Amino acid sequence: MNQQTPIIEVANIDKFYGNFHALKDVDLTVRQGEKVVICGPSGSGKSTLIRCFNGLEWHNSGRIVIDEIEVHQNAKRIRELRQEVGMVFQQFNLFPHLTVLENLTIGPMKVRKIAQAQAEETARGYLDRVHIPEQADKYPAQLSGGQQQRVAIARSLCMEPRIMLFDEPTSALDPEMINEVLDVMVELAETGMTMVVVTHEMGFARKVADTMVFMEEGRIVEVSPPNKFFTDPDSDRCRLFLNQILEH
Amino acid sequence: MQDATALKGQPLSSPSPVQRFFESTFVSVLIYAIVIGLICYGSYAGAQNMGYNWQWHRVPQYLYSFTDDGFQLGEIFYGLGTTIVLSLTSFLLATLIGLIIALLRLSGLVIGSAVAVGFLEFVRNIPLLVLLYLFYYVLGPIFKFDRYTASVLTLAVFHSALISEILRAGINAVPKGQWEASKSIGMSSGQSYRYIILPQSVRFMLPPMTGEVVHLIKSSAIVSVIAVAELTTIGRNIISDTFMSFEIWFTVALVYMAVTLILSIGVSHLEKKYIVDQ
Ligand SMILES: Nc1ncnc2c1ncn2[C@@H]1O[C@H](COP(=O)(O)OP(=O)(O)OP(=O)(O)O)[C@@H](O)[C@H]1O
Ligand SMILES: [Mg+2]
Repeated sequence: MNQQTPIIEVANIDKFYGNFHALKDVDLTVRQGEKVVICGPSGSGKSTLIRCFNGLEWHNSGRIVIDEIEVHQNAKRIRELRQEVGMVFQQFNLFPHLTVLENLTIGPMKVRKIAQAQAEETARGYLDRVHIPEQADKYPAQLSGGQQQRVAIARSLCMEPRIMLFDEPTSALDPEMINEVLDVMVELAETGMTMVVVTHEMGFARKVADTMVFMEEGRIVEVSPPNKFFTDPDSDRCRLFLNQILEH
Repeated sequence: MQDATALKGQPLSSPSPVQRFFESTFVSVLIYAIVIGLICYGSYAGAQNMGYNWQWHRVPQYLYSFTDDGFQLGEIFYGLGTTIVLSLTSFLLATLIGLIIALLRLSGLVIGSAVAVGFLEFVRNIPLLVLLYLFYYVLGPIFKFDRYTASVLTLAVFHSALISEILRAGINAVPKGQWEASKSIGMSSGQSYRYIILPQSVRFMLPPMTGEVVHLIKSSAIVSVIAVAELTTIGRNIISDTFMSFEIWFTVALVYMAVTLILSIGVSHLEKKYIVDQ
Protein backbone atom coordinates (compact mmCIF):
# COMPACT_ATOMS: atom_id res chain seq x y z
CA MET A 1 0.00 0.00 0.00
CA ASN A 2 1.29 3.43 -0.82
CA GLN A 3 0.84 6.76 0.88
CA GLN A 4 -2.31 7.52 -1.07
CA THR A 5 -4.34 4.56 0.15
CA PRO A 6 -7.15 5.69 2.46
CA ILE A 7 -7.02 3.82 5.76
CA ILE A 8 -9.88 5.64 7.50
CA GLU A 9 -12.89 6.71 5.50
CA VAL A 10 -15.68 8.52 7.27
CA ALA A 11 -18.71 9.33 5.15
CA ASN A 12 -21.72 11.41 6.26
CA ILE A 13 -21.85 10.20 9.82
CA ASP A 14 -24.31 11.50 12.36
CA LYS A 15 -24.28 10.74 16.03
CA PHE A 16 -26.93 11.46 18.62
CA TYR A 17 -26.82 11.25 22.39
CA GLY A 18 -30.55 11.06 22.99
CA ASN A 19 -31.82 14.23 21.35
CA PHE A 20 -28.43 15.88 21.32
CA HIS A 21 -26.88 15.97 17.85
CA ALA A 22 -23.19 15.39 18.66
CA LEU A 23 -21.81 14.77 15.15
CA LYS A 24 -23.41 16.39 12.14
CA ASP A 25 -22.76 14.96 8.71
CA VAL A 26 -19.05 14.43 9.24
CA ASP A 27 -16.75 13.40 6.37
CA LEU A 28 -13.07 12.68 6.74
CA THR A 29 -10.45 10.64 4.95
CA VAL A 30 -7.15 9.64 6.50
CA ARG A 31 -4.51 8.06 4.29
CA GLN A 32 -1.97 5.41 5.19
CA GLY A 33 0.79 7.02 7.27
CA GLU A 34 -0.96 10.38 7.52
CA LYS A 35 -0.87 12.41 10.74
CA VAL A 36 -4.12 14.21 11.41
CA VAL A 37 -4.48 16.66 14.29
CA ILE A 38 -8.00 17.54 15.38
CA CYS A 39 -8.70 20.63 17.43
CA GLY A 40 -11.71 22.67 18.39
CA PRO A 41 -13.55 24.04 21.39
CA SER A 42 -14.70 21.87 24.28
CA GLY A 43 -17.85 19.94 23.45
CA SER A 44 -17.35 20.20 19.70
CA GLY A 45 -17.37 16.41 19.26
CA LYS A 46 -13.65 15.63 18.86
CA SER A 47 -13.64 12.75 21.33
CA THR A 48 -16.94 11.45 20.03
CA LEU A 49 -15.56 11.36 16.49
CA ILE A 50 -12.41 9.40 17.24
CA ARG A 51 -14.25 7.10 19.65
CA CYS A 52 -16.48 6.13 16.72
CA PHE A 53 -13.34 4.89 14.92
CA ASN A 54 -12.90 1.96 17.30
CA GLY A 55 -16.46 1.37 18.39
CA LEU A 56 -16.32 2.97 21.82
CA GLU A 57 -19.24 5.01 20.50
CA TRP A 58 -21.56 4.07 17.65
CA HIS A 59 -22.53 6.40 14.85
CA ASN A 60 -26.23 6.47 14.03
CA SER A 61 -25.95 6.89 10.28
CA GLY A 62 -23.33 7.10 7.57
CA ARG A 63 -20.32 4.85 7.08
CA ILE A 64 -16.93 4.44 8.71
CA VAL A 65 -14.51 2.12 6.94
CA ILE A 66 -11.21 1.39 8.62
CA ASP A 67 -8.54 -0.60 6.85
CA GLU A 68 -11.24 -1.97 4.57
CA ILE A 69 -13.40 -3.14 7.47
CA GLU A 70 -16.67 -1.30 7.99
CA VAL A 71 -17.21 -0.33 11.62
CA HIS A 72 -20.26 -2.29 12.56
CA GLN A 73 -21.84 -3.51 15.78
CA ASN A 74 -20.75 -7.06 15.18
CA ALA A 75 -18.94 -8.09 18.34
CA LYS A 76 -16.33 -10.28 16.69
CA ARG A 77 -15.62 -7.89 13.87
CA ILE A 78 -15.27 -4.89 16.16
CA ARG A 79 -12.79 -6.81 18.33
CA GLU A 80 -10.67 -7.56 15.28
CA LEU A 81 -10.84 -3.94 14.29
CA ARG A 82 -9.80 -2.74 17.75
CA GLN A 83 -6.63 -4.79 17.47
CA GLU A 84 -5.69 -2.70 14.45
CA VAL A 85 -6.57 0.62 16.09
CA GLY A 86 -4.72 1.63 19.25
CA MET A 87 -6.13 4.30 21.52
CA VAL A 88 -4.49 6.54 24.11
CA PHE A 89 -6.75 8.28 26.61
CA GLN A 90 -6.52 11.57 28.43
CA GLN A 91 -6.68 9.76 31.79
CA PHE A 92 -4.16 7.01 30.77
CA ASN A 93 -6.53 4.25 31.98
CA LEU A 94 -3.72 1.88 32.89
CA PHE A 95 -4.75 -1.29 34.71
CA PRO A 96 -3.83 -0.44 38.32
CA HIS A 97 -3.77 -4.05 39.56
CA LEU A 98 -1.16 -5.11 37.01
CA THR A 99 2.50 -4.23 36.78
CA VAL A 100 3.73 -2.13 33.89
CA LEU A 101 4.96 -5.24 32.10
CA GLU A 102 1.66 -7.04 32.70
CA ASN A 103 -0.24 -4.02 31.41
CA LEU A 104 1.71 -4.40 28.19
CA THR A 105 1.49 -8.16 27.82
CA ILE A 106 -2.12 -8.84 28.80
CA GLY A 107 -3.54 -7.74 25.45
CA PRO A 108 -1.09 -9.67 23.26
CA MET A 109 -1.38 -12.76 25.47
CA LYS A 110 -5.15 -12.89 25.97
CA VAL A 111 -6.36 -11.33 22.74
CA ARG A 112 -3.66 -12.25 20.23
CA LYS A 113 -2.79 -15.51 22.07
CA ILE A 114 0.92 -14.81 21.92
CA ALA A 115 3.19 -16.82 24.25
CA GLN A 116 4.27 -15.05 27.43
CA ALA A 117 8.00 -15.04 26.70
CA GLN A 118 7.48 -13.50 23.29
CA ALA A 119 4.93 -10.99 24.59
CA GLU A 120 7.35 -9.89 27.29
CA GLU A 121 10.16 -9.48 24.82
CA THR A 122 7.98 -7.29 22.61
CA ALA A 123 6.78 -5.35 25.66
CA ARG A 124 10.33 -4.62 26.82
CA GLY A 125 11.14 -3.45 23.32
CA TYR A 126 8.32 -0.91 23.43
CA LEU A 127 9.20 0.18 26.97
CA ASP A 128 12.62 0.97 25.56
CA ARG A 129 11.05 2.98 22.80
CA VAL A 130 9.09 5.10 25.26
CA HIS A 131 12.28 5.49 27.34
CA ILE A 132 11.23 3.73 30.56
CA PRO A 133 12.77 0.23 30.34
CA GLU A 134 13.60 0.30 34.06
CA GLN A 135 9.97 0.64 35.23
CA ALA A 136 8.74 -2.75 34.00
CA ASP A 137 8.05 -4.25 37.41
CA LYS A 138 6.42 -1.26 39.04
CA TYR A 139 2.70 -0.65 39.40
CA PRO A 140 1.14 2.30 37.54
CA ALA A 141 0.47 4.21 40.78
CA GLN A 142 4.23 4.28 41.41
CA LEU A 143 4.91 6.23 38.21
CA SER A 144 4.58 9.92 37.35
CA GLY A 145 1.80 11.04 35.03
CA GLY A 146 4.16 11.40 32.08
CA GLN A 147 5.55 7.94 32.66
CA GLN A 148 2.05 6.49 32.95
CA GLN A 149 1.01 8.02 29.67
CA ARG A 150 4.11 6.63 27.98
CA VAL A 151 3.25 3.19 29.37
CA ALA A 152 -0.25 3.64 27.94
CA ILE A 153 1.23 4.42 24.53
CA ALA A 154 3.46 1.36 24.78
CA ARG A 155 0.48 -0.76 25.80
CA SER A 156 -1.33 0.22 22.62
CA LEU A 157 1.74 -0.33 20.48
CA CYS A 158 2.20 -3.85 21.86
CA MET A 159 -0.94 -4.85 19.97
CA GLU A 160 0.94 -3.86 16.78
CA PRO A 161 -1.84 -1.57 15.54
CA ARG A 162 -1.87 0.07 12.12
CA ILE A 163 -3.51 3.24 13.38
CA MET A 164 -3.07 5.13 16.66
CA LEU A 165 -5.75 7.41 18.08
CA PHE A 166 -4.87 9.94 20.79
CA ASP A 167 -7.56 11.76 22.77
CA GLU A 168 -5.92 14.79 24.42
CA PRO A 169 -2.99 12.68 25.63
CA THR A 170 -1.27 15.54 27.46
CA SER A 171 -4.24 17.44 28.91
CA ALA A 172 -4.12 15.66 32.27
CA LEU A 173 -0.37 16.15 32.68
CA ASP A 174 1.62 18.67 34.68
CA PRO A 175 3.34 21.09 32.27
CA GLU A 176 6.83 19.73 32.90
CA MET A 177 5.74 16.26 31.78
CA ILE A 178 4.02 17.23 28.56
CA ASN A 179 7.17 17.23 26.45
CA GLU A 180 8.34 13.76 27.40
CA VAL A 181 5.03 12.42 26.06
CA LEU A 182 5.02 14.61 22.95
CA ASP A 183 8.60 13.55 22.19
CA VAL A 184 7.52 9.91 22.21
CA MET A 185 4.65 10.79 19.89
CA VAL A 186 6.94 12.63 17.50
CA GLU A 187 9.24 9.60 17.41
CA LEU A 188 6.24 7.40 16.71
CA ALA A 189 5.19 9.72 13.89
CA GLU A 190 8.65 9.31 12.36
CA THR A 191 8.14 5.55 12.10
CA GLY A 192 5.33 6.13 9.61
CA MET A 193 2.44 5.20 11.88
CA THR A 194 -0.96 6.54 10.90
CA MET A 195 -2.01 8.87 13.71
CA VAL A 196 -5.16 10.80 14.57
CA VAL A 197 -4.48 13.13 17.47
CA VAL A 198 -6.94 15.32 19.32
CA THR A 199 -4.80 17.96 20.99
CA HIS A 200 -4.36 21.64 21.59
CA GLU A 201 -0.56 21.36 21.56
CA MET A 202 -0.02 23.47 18.48
CA GLY A 203 3.77 23.14 18.61
CA PHE A 204 3.36 19.40 18.22
CA ALA A 205 0.78 19.92 15.48
CA ARG A 206 3.13 22.16 13.50
CA LYS A 207 5.89 19.63 13.81
CA VAL A 208 4.09 16.44 12.80
CA ALA A 209 0.68 17.14 11.27
CA ASP A 210 0.05 16.51 7.59
CA THR A 211 -3.52 17.68 7.98
CA MET A 212 -5.23 19.92 10.51
CA VAL A 213 -8.92 19.50 11.29
CA PHE A 214 -11.00 22.07 13.14
CA MET A 215 -14.33 21.05 14.62
CA GLU A 216 -17.13 23.10 16.06
CA GLU A 217 -20.58 22.12 17.29
CA GLY A 218 -20.38 18.63 15.87
CA ARG A 219 -19.20 19.67 12.42
CA ILE A 220 -15.86 19.63 10.69
CA VAL A 221 -15.40 23.27 9.79
CA GLU A 222 -11.90 23.29 8.37
CA VAL A 223 -9.55 20.69 6.89
CA SER A 224 -6.24 22.03 5.63
CA PRO A 225 -2.48 21.47 5.69
CA PRO A 226 -0.74 23.12 8.66
CA ASN A 227 0.93 25.96 6.75
CA LYS A 228 -2.44 27.15 5.48
CA PHE A 229 -4.25 26.28 8.71
CA PHE A 230 -2.01 28.38 10.92
CA THR A 231 -1.62 31.34 8.58
CA ASP A 232 -4.70 31.61 6.44
CA PRO A 233 -7.59 29.37 7.46
CA ASP A 234 -10.77 29.57 5.41
CA SER A 235 -13.13 29.83 8.34
CA ASP A 236 -13.32 32.82 10.64
CA ARG A 237 -14.29 30.64 13.59
CA CYS A 238 -11.10 28.69 13.15
CA ARG A 239 -9.03 31.86 13.03
CA LEU A 240 -10.70 33.11 16.21
CA PHE A 241 -10.07 29.82 17.97
CA LEU A 242 -6.41 29.81 16.96
CA ASN A 243 -5.97 33.35 18.20
CA GLN A 244 -7.42 32.35 21.52
CA ILE A 245 -5.26 29.31 22.10
CA LEU A 246 -2.07 30.72 20.62
CA GLU A 247 -2.25 33.76 22.88
CA HIS A 248 -0.76 31.84 25.76
CA MET B 1 -5.37 32.83 57.36
CA GLN B 2 -7.19 29.67 58.36
CA ASP B 3 -7.62 27.74 55.13
CA ALA B 4 -7.60 23.97 54.88
CA THR B 5 -3.93 23.64 53.96
CA ALA B 6 -2.85 25.74 56.90
CA LEU B 7 -4.67 23.39 59.26
CA LYS B 8 -3.33 20.24 57.66
CA GLY B 9 -1.19 18.13 59.94
CA GLN B 10 -2.17 19.99 63.09
CA PRO B 11 -3.92 17.95 65.73
CA LEU B 12 -7.58 18.77 66.22
CA SER B 13 -8.31 20.23 69.64
CA SER B 14 -6.57 17.97 72.15
CA PRO B 15 -8.89 15.68 74.13
CA SER B 16 -9.78 16.60 77.69
CA PRO B 17 -8.25 14.53 80.54
CA VAL B 18 -11.64 12.92 81.24
CA GLN B 19 -11.95 11.90 77.58
CA ARG B 20 -8.41 10.54 77.58
CA PHE B 21 -9.14 8.52 80.73
CA PHE B 22 -12.13 6.81 79.13
CA GLU B 23 -10.35 6.27 75.83
CA SER B 24 -7.30 4.50 77.22
CA THR B 25 -7.08 0.80 76.39
CA PHE B 26 -6.93 -0.33 79.98
CA VAL B 27 -10.08 1.55 81.00
CA SER B 28 -11.95 0.40 77.88
CA VAL B 29 -11.13 -3.23 78.61
CA LEU B 30 -12.10 -2.76 82.23
CA ILE B 31 -15.47 -1.23 81.31
CA TYR B 32 -16.07 -4.02 78.80
CA ALA B 33 -15.24 -6.66 81.41
CA ILE B 34 -17.53 -5.06 83.99
CA VAL B 35 -20.46 -4.96 81.53
CA ILE B 36 -19.96 -8.59 80.50
CA GLY B 37 -19.55 -9.56 84.16
CA LEU B 38 -22.83 -7.84 85.06
CA ILE B 39 -24.67 -9.62 82.24
CA CYS B 40 -23.28 -12.99 83.32
CA TYR B 41 -24.02 -12.34 86.94
CA GLY B 42 -27.53 -11.17 86.06
CA SER B 43 -28.26 -14.36 84.14
CA TYR B 44 -26.70 -16.46 86.84
CA ALA B 45 -28.63 -14.78 89.64
CA GLY B 46 -31.84 -14.93 87.62
CA ALA B 47 -31.32 -18.62 86.98
CA GLN B 48 -30.62 -19.19 90.69
CA ASN B 49 -33.90 -17.48 91.52
CA MET B 50 -35.71 -19.79 89.14
CA GLY B 51 -34.09 -22.63 90.99
CA TYR B 52 -32.04 -23.58 87.91
CA ASN B 53 -29.60 -26.36 88.50
CA TRP B 54 -26.28 -25.39 86.83
CA GLN B 55 -24.31 -28.34 85.52
CA TRP B 56 -21.38 -26.84 83.62
CA HIS B 57 -19.26 -29.89 84.45
CA ARG B 58 -21.45 -31.95 82.09
CA VAL B 59 -20.83 -29.66 79.12
CA PRO B 60 -17.23 -30.60 78.12
CA GLN B 61 -18.23 -34.14 77.12
CA TYR B 62 -20.23 -32.61 74.28
CA LEU B 63 -17.19 -30.65 73.12
CA TYR B 64 -14.47 -33.31 73.35
CA SER B 65 -13.68 -36.58 75.06
CA PHE B 66 -10.80 -38.94 75.73
CA THR B 67 -11.63 -42.53 74.95
CA ASP B 68 -9.54 -45.62 74.28
CA ASP B 69 -9.07 -44.29 70.75
CA GLY B 70 -7.58 -41.07 72.15
CA PHE B 71 -8.85 -37.51 71.78
CA GLN B 72 -12.19 -37.12 70.06
CA LEU B 73 -14.28 -34.11 69.17
CA GLY B 74 -17.74 -34.05 70.70
CA GLU B 75 -21.18 -33.70 69.18
CA ILE B 76 -21.13 -29.92 69.18
CA PHE B 77 -18.11 -29.86 66.90
CA TYR B 78 -19.75 -32.32 64.54
CA GLY B 79 -22.67 -29.94 64.44
CA LEU B 80 -20.27 -27.08 63.81
CA GLY B 81 -18.69 -29.08 60.98
CA THR B 82 -22.07 -29.46 59.33
CA THR B 83 -22.80 -25.76 59.83
CA ILE B 84 -19.51 -24.82 58.18
CA VAL B 85 -19.89 -27.18 55.23
CA LEU B 86 -23.51 -26.16 54.77
CA SER B 87 -22.63 -22.45 54.93
CA LEU B 88 -19.68 -22.80 52.59
CA THR B 89 -21.64 -24.77 49.99
CA SER B 90 -24.52 -22.31 50.19
CA PHE B 91 -22.15 -19.37 49.95
CA LEU B 92 -20.44 -20.71 46.83
CA LEU B 93 -23.78 -21.42 45.20
CA ALA B 94 -25.14 -18.02 46.32
CA THR B 95 -22.11 -16.29 44.80
CA LEU B 96 -22.64 -18.12 41.53
CA ILE B 97 -26.34 -17.19 41.41
CA GLY B 98 -25.50 -13.66 42.58
CA LEU B 99 -22.92 -13.25 39.83
CA ILE B 100 -25.37 -14.40 37.17
CA ILE B 101 -28.03 -12.01 38.49
CA ALA B 102 -25.54 -9.14 38.67
CA LEU B 103 -24.28 -9.76 35.13
CA LEU B 104 -27.85 -10.03 33.83
CA ARG B 105 -28.64 -6.65 35.34
CA LEU B 106 -25.44 -5.10 33.98
CA SER B 107 -25.88 -6.67 30.55
CA GLY B 108 -28.27 -3.94 29.42
CA LEU B 109 -30.53 -6.57 27.87
CA VAL B 110 -34.17 -5.79 28.64
CA ILE B 111 -35.10 -9.44 29.23
CA GLY B 112 -31.94 -10.01 31.27
CA SER B 113 -32.64 -7.24 33.72
CA ALA B 114 -36.36 -8.11 33.88
CA VAL B 115 -35.50 -11.68 34.92
CA ALA B 116 -32.95 -10.43 37.44
CA VAL B 117 -35.24 -7.83 38.99
CA GLY B 118 -38.12 -10.34 39.16
CA PHE B 119 -35.91 -12.81 40.99
CA LEU B 120 -34.63 -10.16 43.39
CA GLU B 121 -38.12 -8.92 44.26
CA PHE B 122 -39.32 -12.49 44.80
CA VAL B 123 -36.47 -13.36 47.13
CA ARG B 124 -36.44 -10.07 49.02
CA ASN B 125 -40.10 -10.15 49.89
CA ILE B 126 -40.32 -13.66 51.30
CA PRO B 127 -39.27 -14.49 54.87
CA LEU B 128 -36.36 -16.90 55.08
CA LEU B 129 -38.45 -19.41 57.01
CA VAL B 130 -41.18 -19.45 54.38
CA LEU B 131 -38.57 -19.88 51.66
CA LEU B 132 -37.19 -22.88 53.56
CA TYR B 133 -40.66 -24.44 53.86
CA LEU B 134 -41.21 -23.80 50.19
CA PHE B 135 -38.04 -25.67 49.25
CA TYR B 136 -38.50 -28.48 51.76
CA TYR B 137 -42.23 -29.17 51.66
CA VAL B 138 -43.11 -28.08 48.11
CA LEU B 139 -40.12 -28.24 45.77
CA GLY B 140 -38.39 -31.06 47.69
CA PRO B 141 -41.08 -33.70 47.02
CA ILE B 142 -41.55 -32.49 43.43
CA PHE B 143 -37.89 -32.58 42.44
CA LYS B 144 -36.97 -35.35 44.89
CA PHE B 145 -34.27 -33.72 46.94
CA ASP B 146 -33.54 -34.24 50.62
CA ARG B 147 -33.58 -31.85 53.56
CA TYR B 148 -29.89 -31.03 53.29
CA THR B 149 -30.21 -30.01 49.63
CA ALA B 150 -33.32 -28.01 50.46
CA SER B 151 -31.31 -26.16 53.12
CA VAL B 152 -28.42 -25.41 50.76
CA LEU B 153 -30.80 -24.15 48.07
CA THR B 154 -32.77 -22.00 50.51
CA LEU B 155 -29.71 -20.33 51.97
CA ALA B 156 -28.11 -19.90 48.54
CA VAL B 157 -31.18 -18.34 46.96
CA PHE B 158 -31.87 -16.11 49.95
CA HIS B 159 -28.33 -14.76 50.15
CA SER B 160 -27.78 -14.54 46.41
CA ALA B 161 -29.98 -11.43 46.36
CA LEU B 162 -27.72 -9.39 48.61
CA ILE B 163 -24.58 -10.91 47.13
CA SER B 164 -25.67 -9.87 43.64
CA GLU B 165 -26.02 -6.30 44.90
CA ILE B 166 -22.55 -6.46 46.44
CA LEU B 167 -21.08 -7.79 43.20
CA ARG B 168 -22.92 -5.20 41.12
CA ALA B 169 -21.78 -2.35 43.32
CA GLY B 170 -18.22 -3.68 43.24
CA ILE B 171 -18.24 -3.95 39.46
CA ASN B 172 -19.72 -0.46 39.09
CA ALA B 173 -17.08 0.95 41.41
CA VAL B 174 -14.40 0.23 38.79
CA PRO B 175 -13.95 3.39 36.67
CA LYS B 176 -15.46 3.37 33.19
CA GLY B 177 -12.05 4.07 31.69
CA GLN B 178 -10.96 0.54 32.61
CA TRP B 179 -13.67 -0.84 30.35
CA GLU B 180 -12.68 1.47 27.54
CA ALA B 181 -9.01 0.58 27.86
CA SER B 182 -9.67 -3.16 27.87
CA LYS B 183 -12.07 -2.92 24.95
CA SER B 184 -9.66 -0.76 22.99
CA ILE B 185 -7.02 -3.51 23.09
CA GLY B 186 -9.59 -5.90 21.65
CA MET B 187 -10.79 -7.75 24.74
CA SER B 188 -14.24 -9.30 24.74
CA SER B 189 -16.65 -8.50 27.59
CA GLY B 190 -15.82 -11.82 29.18
CA GLN B 191 -12.08 -11.16 29.04
CA SER B 192 -12.55 -7.62 30.35
CA TYR B 193 -14.52 -8.92 33.34
CA ARG B 194 -12.09 -11.71 34.05
CA TYR B 195 -8.73 -9.99 33.70
CA ILE B 196 -9.50 -6.33 34.32
CA ILE B 197 -12.79 -5.57 36.06
CA LEU B 198 -13.40 -8.36 38.57
CA PRO B 199 -9.84 -8.40 39.96
CA GLN B 200 -10.20 -4.69 40.69
CA SER B 201 -13.64 -5.01 42.21
CA VAL B 202 -12.55 -7.64 44.75
CA ARG B 203 -11.15 -4.83 46.87
CA PHE B 204 -14.59 -3.19 47.02
CA MET B 205 -16.42 -6.46 47.58
CA LEU B 206 -14.33 -8.04 50.31
CA PRO B 207 -15.69 -6.14 53.33
CA PRO B 208 -19.41 -6.46 52.50
CA MET B 209 -18.90 -10.07 51.38
CA THR B 210 -17.40 -10.94 54.75
CA GLY B 211 -20.43 -9.45 56.42
CA GLU B 212 -22.62 -11.53 54.17
CA VAL B 213 -20.80 -14.78 55.03
CA VAL B 214 -21.18 -14.01 58.72
CA HIS B 215 -24.86 -13.31 58.11
CA LEU B 216 -25.18 -16.60 56.21
CA ILE B 217 -23.54 -18.65 58.96
CA LYS B 218 -25.94 -17.14 61.46
CA SER B 219 -29.03 -17.63 59.33
CA SER B 220 -28.01 -21.25 58.64
CA ALA B 221 -29.32 -21.96 62.16
CA ILE B 222 -32.81 -21.76 60.72
CA VAL B 223 -32.48 -25.14 59.03
CA SER B 224 -32.76 -26.69 62.49
CA VAL B 225 -36.53 -26.41 61.98
CA ILE B 226 -36.31 -29.16 59.38
CA ALA B 227 -33.87 -31.10 61.56
CA VAL B 228 -30.67 -30.89 59.53
CA ALA B 229 -28.00 -31.95 62.01
CA GLU B 230 -26.09 -28.68 62.27
CA LEU B 231 -24.92 -26.80 65.32
CA THR B 232 -28.29 -25.47 66.48
CA THR B 233 -30.07 -28.79 65.95
CA ILE B 234 -27.36 -30.62 67.86
CA GLY B 235 -27.71 -28.09 70.68
CA ARG B 236 -31.44 -28.70 70.79
CA ASN B 237 -30.98 -32.45 70.79
CA ILE B 238 -28.51 -32.31 73.67
CA ILE B 239 -30.92 -30.15 75.64
CA SER B 240 -33.82 -32.49 75.10
CA ASP B 241 -31.66 -35.29 76.51
CA THR B 242 -30.14 -33.37 79.40
CA PHE B 243 -32.35 -30.34 80.16
CA MET B 244 -29.22 -28.14 80.41
CA SER B 245 -30.71 -25.42 78.24
CA PHE B 246 -28.79 -22.49 79.75
CA GLU B 247 -25.36 -24.09 79.53
CA ILE B 248 -25.84 -25.49 76.04
CA TRP B 249 -27.32 -22.33 74.51
CA PHE B 250 -24.48 -20.27 75.98
CA THR B 251 -21.98 -22.74 74.54
CA VAL B 252 -23.63 -22.79 71.12
CA ALA B 253 -23.76 -18.98 71.03
CA LEU B 254 -20.06 -18.80 71.94
CA VAL B 255 -19.14 -21.29 69.20
CA TYR B 256 -21.01 -19.23 66.57
CA MET B 257 -19.33 -16.10 67.84
CA ALA B 258 -15.88 -17.67 67.78
CA VAL B 259 -16.30 -18.81 64.18
CA THR B 260 -17.59 -15.50 62.85
CA LEU B 261 -14.96 -13.51 64.76
CA ILE B 262 -12.13 -15.68 63.45
CA LEU B 263 -13.53 -15.21 59.97
CA SER B 264 -13.76 -11.42 60.25
CA ILE B 265 -10.28 -11.10 61.67
CA GLY B 266 -8.87 -13.42 58.99
CA VAL B 267 -10.43 -11.41 56.20
CA SER B 268 -9.31 -8.07 57.55
CA HIS B 269 -5.74 -9.40 57.56
CA LEU B 270 -6.20 -10.61 54.00
CA GLU B 271 -7.56 -7.22 53.03
CA LYS B 272 -4.54 -5.39 54.44
CA LYS B 273 -2.20 -7.67 52.55
CA TYR B 274 -4.18 -7.27 49.37
CA ILE B 275 -4.22 -3.49 49.52
CA VAL B 276 -0.49 -3.32 50.22
CA ASP B 277 0.08 -5.48 47.15
CA GLN B 278 -1.50 -2.95 44.86
N1 LIG C 1 -22.26 9.83 26.82
C1 LIG C 1 -22.78 11.03 26.49
N2 LIG C 1 -24.08 11.30 26.72
C2 LIG C 1 -24.61 12.49 26.38
N3 LIG C 1 -23.92 13.50 25.83
C3 LIG C 1 -22.62 13.30 25.59
C4 LIG C 1 -21.97 12.07 25.90
N4 LIG C 1 -20.68 12.16 25.55
C5 LIG C 1 -20.53 13.40 25.05
N5 LIG C 1 -21.67 14.08 25.05
C6 LIG C 1 -21.88 15.44 24.54
O1 LIG C 1 -21.46 15.48 23.22
C7 LIG C 1 -20.76 16.67 22.94
C8 LIG C 1 -19.42 16.35 22.35
O2 LIG C 1 -18.63 15.71 23.34
P1 LIG C 1 -17.12 15.34 23.11
O3 LIG C 1 -16.66 14.67 24.34
O4 LIG C 1 -16.98 14.61 21.83
O5 LIG C 1 -16.46 16.77 22.97
P2 LIG C 1 -14.94 17.15 22.84
O6 LIG C 1 -14.82 17.93 21.60
O7 LIG C 1 -14.10 15.94 22.97
O8 LIG C 1 -14.75 18.12 24.05
P3 LIG C 1 -13.55 18.20 25.12
O9 LIG C 1 -12.54 19.11 24.54
O10 LIG C 1 -14.23 18.81 26.31
O11 LIG C 1 -13.06 16.83 25.37
C9 LIG C 1 -20.68 17.43 24.24
O12 LIG C 1 -21.64 18.44 24.23
C10 LIG C 1 -21.02 16.43 25.29
O13 LIG C 1 -21.73 17.03 26.33
MG1 LIG D 1 -12.79 15.19 24.46
